[in-house]
Amino acid sequence: MANIIDGVKYTKEHEWVKVEDDIAVEGLTDYAQSELSDIVMVEPPAKGRTVKAGEAVGTIEAVKAVADLYAALSGDVVEINEKVIADPSIINKDPYGEGWLYKIKMADPEELTNLLTPDQYKELIAKH
Amino acid sequence: MPKKTPFYEKIKEHNGKIVEFAGFLMPVQFEGIIPEHLTVRTTVGVFDVSHMGEIEIRGKDRIVFTNYITTNNVEKLALNQVQYSAMLYPDAGIVDDLLVYNLEDRILLVVNAANTDKDHNWIVENKKFDVDIVNVSDNIGQVAIQGPRSEPVMQKLFDIDLSQIQFYWATETQLNEIPVVLSRTGYTGEDGFEVYVDRTNAPKVWDMVFEAGKDVGIKPIGLGARDTLRFEMRYCLYGNDIDKTTNPLEAGLGWIVKLDKDDFIGKESLLKIKEEGLKRKLVGFEVINKGIPRPHMDIYIDDQKIGAATSGTFAPSLKKGIGLGYVALPYDKVGTRFKVAGKNPIDVEVTKGPFYKHGTRK
Repeated sequence: MANIIDGVKYTKEHEWVKVEDDIAVEGLTDYAQSELSDIVMVEPPAKGRTVKAGEAVGTIEAVKAVADLYAALSGDVVEINEKVIADPSIINKDPYGEGWLYKIKMADPEELTNLLTPDQYKELIAKH
Repeated sequence: MPKKTPFYEKIKEHNGKIVEFAGFLMPVQFEGIIPEHLTVRTTVGVFDVSHMGEIEIRGKDRIVFTNYITTNNVEKLALNQVQYSAMLYPDAGIVDDLLVYNLEDRILLVVNAANTDKDHNWIVENKKFDVDIVNVSDNIGQVAIQGPRSEPVMQKLFDIDLSQIQFYWATETQLNEIPVVLSRTGYTGEDGFEVYVDRTNAPKVWDMVFEAGKDVGIKPIGLGARDTLRFEMRYCLYGNDIDKTTNPLEAGLGWIVKLDKDDFIGKESLLKIKEEGLKRKLVGFEVINKGIPRPHMDIYIDDQKIGAATSGTFAPSLKKGIGLGYVALPYDKVGTRFKVAGKNPIDVEVTKGPFYKHGTRK
């Protein structure tokens, strides 16, 4: 059973978002990492890039599958996790912690209301 | 309803992630494709391969009949020798690739799971001479024990000296009084064995193998790693790299086609293909920088499409992307560089032989 943690919001594309003031940290959910399995390459959006909520901004490649990475929120990318680029298996091991992907400075915190609560996300993956 | 193999309960005990594959509930992975792959490369892993089909050819003309329906030379097989071969349609398209076991009282054909019924029907339709053809797939469990430490693990279970069984040889023997066919074969590039056992006794064999391998870290391996292991050895996968639209010569399987033997199905077309010359060839390629080729991606040189990838994956031993695909001649030459059209084009180079060069069996 996939781990769904509290204190973060989720997207239909299986990303999580954690807000720290006006900065949002984004990563891949435990469900997503487990479905992809063995992640071997990750390309988050480049630092400095302006992304729009819902836009495909990067890719995740696993041994047997490839997935697009979608921006959960609009804003400017202020930091990317160089550690997971060097060792993408961190995402499999610790998707909500060390496996975070990138941070953005939110352009419109109102967009947070469009995201899923842990309960809503739980319902979503129960359908899979 | 998908079928369960005799090891289904064992797979569940090991917490395998189960998927439907070729009509069977099969483990795609246990702890992860990469760690499982490395287990087989470094020590020993166990695969449930009971989904594979087994078709027996019995009767006094079994050799000459099998020779007629397959491309390799069955008459060259000694007792208990095993041979990699293919069955062709008259147009030289591939019905299946398979193993041919020359056992004492029968020929055993081991075929791809998804093709078992198709193959059985094909063989029956083309029946000649005095033979009986029996699809025994549902009665047989098959387990593959693969990895450099396979022999010491398996030797604990058998009285016979396993070092006397050479690669691609088999023996009919007993494992704690359970009759088995034991062969030194596999699909991983490592030393290893495959055991065929009747369905009821299969779970006992599984337990004995795991007990014997306990001290060398024996682990169950899923279909995911089975694919990356075979791929690193550049072995073809039916349905991806070969099928009814490909002939064995363009697939690089000329070495299992014996055009100098008696008539066999597909021979006439192959002779014609050979005379006219090949138009395309299956090549293996490695990624130069970054990216992972995937099946069905188109292959380009400049803006000209020259082919398409048939298999593509990340190679855990090489830590980079590798692929197989058909390309128009003359782009099959080793060292040729082309692009595989992913979301971002992937630069690749044609390489020779297995991608992984350090297997204990090649």
